[in-house]
Amino acid sequence: MIKLILRNIWRFAILVILQVILFNNIQFSGYINPYFYIIFILLLPFETPKWILMLSSFLLGLSIDIFSNTIGMHASACVFIAFLRPHILQYIAPREGYEASSLPRIHYYGFSWFLKYSTILILAHHIFLFYIEVYTFSGFFYTLSRALLSSIFTIILIVFSQYIVYRK
Amino acid sequence: MRTLIKFLLKYYYFLLFLLFELFSVLLVIENNNYQKSSFLNSANSISGNIYKSVSSFKSYIDLYQKNETLSAENSRLYNSLKSSFKSNKISLLEIYDSTYFQQYVTISAHVINNSVNRQNNYLTIDKGKKHGVSEEMAVISPTGIVGIIKNVSNNYASVISILNTNLHISAMIKKNDYFGSLVWDGKNYRETTLKDIPNHVKINIGDTIITSGYSSIFPKGKLIGVISDFEHEKGGNFYLITVKLSTDFKKLSYVYVVGNLLKQEQKDLEKISEND
Repeated sequence: MIKLILRNIWRFAILVILQVILFNNIQFSGYINPYFYIIFILLLPFETPKWILMLSSFLLGLSIDIFSNTIGMHASACVFIAFLRPHILQYIAPREGYEASSLPRIHYYGFSWFLKYSTILILAHHIFLFYIEVYTFSGFFYTLSRALLSSIFTIILIVFSQYIVYRK
Repeated sequence: MRTLIKFLLKYYYFLLFLLFELFSVLLVIENNNYQKSSFLNSANSISGNIYKSVSSFKSYIDLYQKNETLSAENSRLYNSLKSSFKSNKISLLEIYDSTYFQQYVTISAHVINNSVNRQNNYLTIDKGKKHGVSEEMAVISPTGIVGIIKNVSNNYASVISILNTNLHISAMIKKNDYFGSLVWDGKNYRETTLKDIPNHVKINIGDTIITSGYSSIFPKGKLIGVISDFEHEKGGNFYLITVKLSTDFKKLSYVYVVGNLLKQEQKDLEKISEND
C-alpha cells in the first residue's frame, strides 16, 4: 500500500517535470500542444478514494499552472476530469466488472477499452482547458479545432506510452 | 436534519467537485482581471532555477546561429565607435553640451522561458531587481519589440509578450505618423493586428510600423513589423491592418530591457492634466 502511494508520488513529480521541460516545448505550427501529464489521473488505481482523486488532480493541475503562468486553468480542467472519471469508468465497464487489484491499463483491459476510456477523458480535459483559456465563445470553431488537434496528439502519445513505459 | 445529512453523503463527490472547480475558476478570474503580482508565477525562484538550467542546455543547440547574430551586432556597434570615424573637426575647442541628457537606460538579458502557443503568452528573463529591472519597463530585441515587464523578483523577471491578447500597444505608421493600437488576435504568432487607423489614410502593403512613444514605456521609433494585409472594418470608419512581426518569437534569445528615466515626470504631468 505504502509502495503504491510512493510510486504515485514519484510519477506525479516526473510527469510534471516532463510536461514542463519536454511536452510544453512541442508546438507544431504554433497550435498543437500535447498535455501528456493527465496520464497520471488516467492511471490511478480503481480503488483510489474519491477525495484523493480530486485533491491530487487539483494539485497536479496547479503545479503545471505555476510553471506556465496560467494560474487556475489546468487546475480547473483537471478537477473537471477527476469528477468525470468514476462516471466514465462505470459507463464503459466490461460485463464482468473490474477485477480486484487490476489497474486501468491496456495490459489488463485491452486496446479498445483503453482507447475509449482515454479518448473521452482527454477530449473533456482539452476542450475544457482551451475554452477556459480563451475565456470567450467567440471564435467557437477555431478554439474547438485547436482543442481537437491537440487531443488527437495527446491520445496518440498516451496510448503509445502504454506499450513503451507501462508494459507490465 | 437526517435527510440533509443523507443528501450530503449521497452527493459529497459532486459537492467536492463544485468546491474545487469554483476555487480554480476564481483563481483564473483573479489572475486574468488584475494581472496581480503573486508569488505563483514563473518568476519565483524554484521554477526560475529549473527553467534557467533547461535553457542553458537549449542554448547550446542553436549556438551557431546565436553567435552569428551577436557577431553581426558587435560589428555594427564597432562601426559606431568614435575610433572608427575620421574626424572632420577643425576647431579644437571642446564644448560641454547641455542640450542632451540621458533618457533611456538599457540592460541586456537572456530569455530563459518562452511560449507562443497560448492566448496569453509570457516570457521569463534572467535579470531582476538586483540588476535594476523594474515593473513596466520595455523589452526589445535586436529585431523589434518584445513586451513589457510584468513581475520582478530578485534575479528574474516575467514579461508580457506582445503575443498576449490583453496587451495593447500604441503604434504608428512610419511614413505618415498616424497612430493606432496594436493588439494580438491570438492566432498566428508571426502576425498581429493594428486598429484605429482611419479610412482616409493612404496605406500600402510593406509600410513599416514603429512604436509611437506616447505611452512612456517604449521609446519612439522602435521597429514592430511591416503591413502584410489590410481591410476595411465592417461598418466602421477604421482599417483592420495585419502586421507581420519583424521578431520571430520562437527564436528569441537575447533581449534588452529599456527603462525610461523620465517616465515618472511624464506620468505626474499627465495626472495633473487629467484631474482638471
